Amino acid sequence: MKAKNQRLTLLVLAIAAILGAVLLAMSALKDQAAYFYAPGDIAREGPPVGRAVRIGGMVQAGSLRRAADGVTIDFLVKDETPHTIPVRFTGIVPDLFKENSGVVAEGRFQPGGLFVADNILAKHDENYMPPKLDSKKGEHKSESLK
Amino acid sequence: MIAEAGLAALWLAAALSLLQLGMGVAALINSSPAFAGEGDQAKPGGGAFSDSEEPLHHATRGPPPPEIRGRNFASAIRTIAIVQGLLVGLSFLALIQLFLRTDLSVKLVAANSHSLKPWLYKFAGAWGNHEGSMLLWVTVLALAGAAVALFERRLPERTSIATLAAQAAIGLGFYAFLLFSSNPFERLFPVPVEGNGLNPLLQDPGLAFHPPTLYFGYVGISIAFSFAVGALVTRDVGPAFARAMRPWVLGAWIFLTLGITAGSYWAYYELGWGGWWFWDPVENASLMPWLAATALLHSVTVLATRDGLRAWTVMLAVVAFSMSMVGTFLVRSGILTSVHSFAVDPKRGSFILILLALYIGGALTLFGLRVGTVKEGSTFEPVSREGALVVNNLLLCVVLALVFMGTLYPLATEALGVKVSIGAPYFNLVTGPFALLLVIVMALGPLMRWRRDRLREVARRIALPILLTAMALLLALLLAPGMGILPLLGLVLALGVGAASVAPLWKRKLLRTPLFTWGMVLSHLGIAVALAGMASESAFTKETLVAARVGDRVSVGPWSLRFDSIEPVAGPNWTAVEARLTVRRGTGAPFVLRPQARMFSTPPTETSEAAIATRLDGQLYTVIGKPDGAGRWQLRLWWKPFVTLIWLGGGLVALGGLLALVGRVRRGRRSVPQEAYA
Repeated sequence: MKAKNQRLTLLVLAIAAILGAVLLAMSALKDQAAYFYAPGDIAREGPPVGRAVRIGGMVQAGSLRRAADGVTIDFLVKDETPHTIPVRFTGIVPDLFKENSGVVAEGRFQPGGLFVADNILAKHDENYMPPKLDSKKGEHKSESLK
Repeated sequence: MIAEAGLAALWLAAALSLLQLGMGVAALINSSPAFAGEGDQAKPGGGAFSDSEEPLHHATRGPPPPEIRGRNFASAIRTIAIVQGLLVGLSFLALIQLFLRTDLSVKLVAANSHSLKPWLYKFAGAWGNHEGSMLLWVTVLALAGAAVALFERRLPERTSIATLAAQAAIGLGFYAFLLFSSNPFERLFPVPVEGNGLNPLLQDPGLAFHPPTLYFGYVGISIAFSFAVGALVTRDVGPAFARAMRPWVLGAWIFLTLGITAGSYWAYYELGWGGWWFWDPVENASLMPWLAATALLHSVTVLATRDGLRAWTVMLAVVAFSMSMVGTFLVRSGILTSVHSFAVDPKRGSFILILLALYIGGALTLFGLRVGTVKEGSTFEPVSREGALVVNNLLLCVVLALVFMGTLYPLATEALGVKVSIGAPYFNLVTGPFALLLVIVMALGPLMRWRRDRLREVARRIALPILLTAMALLLALLLAPGMGILPLLGLVLALGVGAASVAPLWKRKLLRTPLFTWGMVLSHLGIAVALAGMASESAFTKETLVAARVGDRVSVGPWSLRFDSIEPVAGPNWTAVEARLTVRRGTGAPFVLRPQARMFSTPPTETSEAAIATRLDGQLYTVIGKPDGAGRWQLRLWWKPFVTLIWLGGGLVALGGLLALVGRVRRGRRSVPQEAYA
C-alpha cells in the first residue's frame, strides 16, 4: 500500500471509530442516564416506574422509621411543594444523613409509588439539591474525595 | 516572612517563564529564515535536522551568525528553565514549611490545617486543598522543565528551544491562575486562634502520595505535548522526536497507572463502601489521560522504531494533553463535584476554562496548520504488529470517547436545565465489551512481527493461549453456571491473555532479553491479573448486612464472625466507637478485626474505618454502621475473593513501565542511532 493511501485509510478508520463511539454513547446515554426528580416533579409527572433515577430533597422531620431488621429504613423526602416521596433503603446510611437535612437517593420507583433506594448520598448532597432549597442553605464548600 | 518569600519566588518564576517563552519565540524567528525556509521542505524525510543527532552538525551546514546566536539563546533558555524550576521548588518548600509550623496568619493554612494534626497530614495537607495542589502542579511542571533543559540533548537545538518555549507557555497560564485567583500565600487578619482542620477523609497516608502521583502523570503528558509542539514548529516530526518524547510519555504513564491504582485502593478502604471503582467524575478525570497516554505510548513506539504513524502520534500527544487539561479542569474547577461551587467561585472556574480553551484550541490549530508538513512514515501490512497497535489505538480512543461523553454529558444537560447522573450502568455497559476486545488485541499484538506477518503463523503462536481460554471457559461453565456474561468472559480471557502475554519470552534467552521486552510482558501480564481480579470480585463477592447485638454470630462466605464488644477509642484528633469481631474461617485459628466509626472534631465529620483481613485468595472487609436504637449495631461484611489481584495487577503494569523506561534510557545512553530498528 502506498504511504499516502495508508494514511488516508488510517484517517478514515479513526474518524469512523470516533463517530461510532459518539453515536453509541448518545444512544446508551439516553437509556442509562439517571434523571433527577424532586417530589414536586413526581407529583406533576407521575413516577417513572422501573427506571433508574435519582430523587432529592430534604428528609422530612419525624418521618424516619426503622424496620425490625435494624438495617432497613423508611422516610419521606420533601421539597418546597406540599408533596413528598416515600423512600425505603436497606443498608448503612451515610454519616450526614438525618432528618431535616438534604438527601439524594438513587434507585427505582415501585408501581405503588414507593421509591426503593439502592444508594443514599448525603456527602455531596449539596450538589444535587433542587436549586431553590439549595439557595436557602447558602454557600457550600465541598471537598472532593480524590 | 516565609509566605512573602514563597510568593516572591513564585512571581519571579512566572516572570522567568515569560522570558523563556519570549526568548524561545525570538530565537525561533531569528533562525527560521536560514533554517526552516524552503530548504527543509525540499529535503526528503521531514525536517532539516531529522537525520542529524548532534547539534554540531548543522552548525557547519547553515550560515553561522544566526546559528551561533541561536545556541547562545539556547543555553540562556536552558539556564532560565533550570532557575525557574529551583524558584518554584523553593516556593513549594515555603508552603510546606508554613503548614508544618501551622502558621495561622496564612489564610490557606488556617482554612485547611490544625495545630493538633499529626505531622504527616500537616505535610500532606499542603497540597490537600485547591491552592496548594495547584502550586504542586506548577512545581512539578517547572521541575520537569528544568529536567528537560538539563538532560535532553538528543534533539536538534531548534526543536529543544521550541519545546522549552511551549512548556513556558503552558507554565505561564498556570502561574497566572495561581497568582491571580488562587494565591496560596495570602495572609489572614486577624489571625485565628485555631485552624479549620483538614477534611478527615483526606487524613490518610494515601493523601500524601495519591495527588502528587497523578500530577506527575498530568505534567509528564504536558511535557510530551511540548515535545510534539516543538517538533511541529520546526517541522521535525520523526523517530528522533519520538525517542526524545518516549521516556516522558512512559514516565507520565507509570505515574498515572500508579495514581489510578493507589486511588482505587484508597477509595476502596477509606470510603467503606466496598467498591473499588465508582465511575466518579474525579476518577474518570484520571482515567481519560491514562487511556490517551496508553494509546500514545504504543504509537510513539511505532514512530520511534519503525518511523510509522507520524501525524497519528502527534495527534495523540495533542489528545493526551487535552485530556490531562480536562482532568485538571474537572478536578480543580470543582464543576463536577459540585455544579454549584462553579457558581460560588466563577472566577476560578472560568479562568481554568479559558486556559483549557486556549491550550487545546492552540494545540489543535497548530496541528491543523502543520500536519500538512508531516511526511508520511513507513508503511506496513494490516496483519503486522503495527496493524495490531493501530487497532489498539482505535479501541483505546473509542473507550476514551465513551468515558468522555459519559463524564461530560451531565454538564451538557445541566446547561440545558435537565439534571441527570451517569453512573456504572452506562460505563460498564458501553466500555466493557471494548475493554475485552482491547485485551484480546493486547494478547495478539506482541506475537506479531513488525511490518508484515502471516495469519497462519500468528495462529500457530496463539494456539496454546486459545486452548487454555477454551478449557477455562468449559470449566467456568461447569463449576459456576449462571455467572454474568462480562465477569465470565473477563475471568476466562484473563487466563488466556495472561498466557499470551508471557508468550513473547518463549524460547528466548531470558537473561539476554532486553529490559523493555520484559517491561512489556510484565505490563500486559498485569492487565490480565487485574482483569482476573475485577471479574472475580464482581462474580463471587458475598455480602452480609445485619443489625447485631454484642455476642451475636454472623457469617459471610467461608467466614464466621462473633461480635464480641463495642467500645470507645480515641486518637489525636478523633474519637470512635470500635467493634471487636472475632473472625474465623472454617476451623482455622480465630483472630480479631476492629472496624471503627470515627468522629473528627475539626471539622466535625464522621468517617467509617473498615477493618480488612487480607488472605492469599481474597479479602474479608468489615464495616461498623449505626446503632439501631434498640441495642443493636449495623454490621456490613464482604468476602471478596481475589479482589487484591486488581491492585496487584495495577502495580505490575506500573512496574513493567518502569522496567521499560530503565531499559530505554540505558539503551538510549549506549547508542542512539542503532536503536532505530531494534
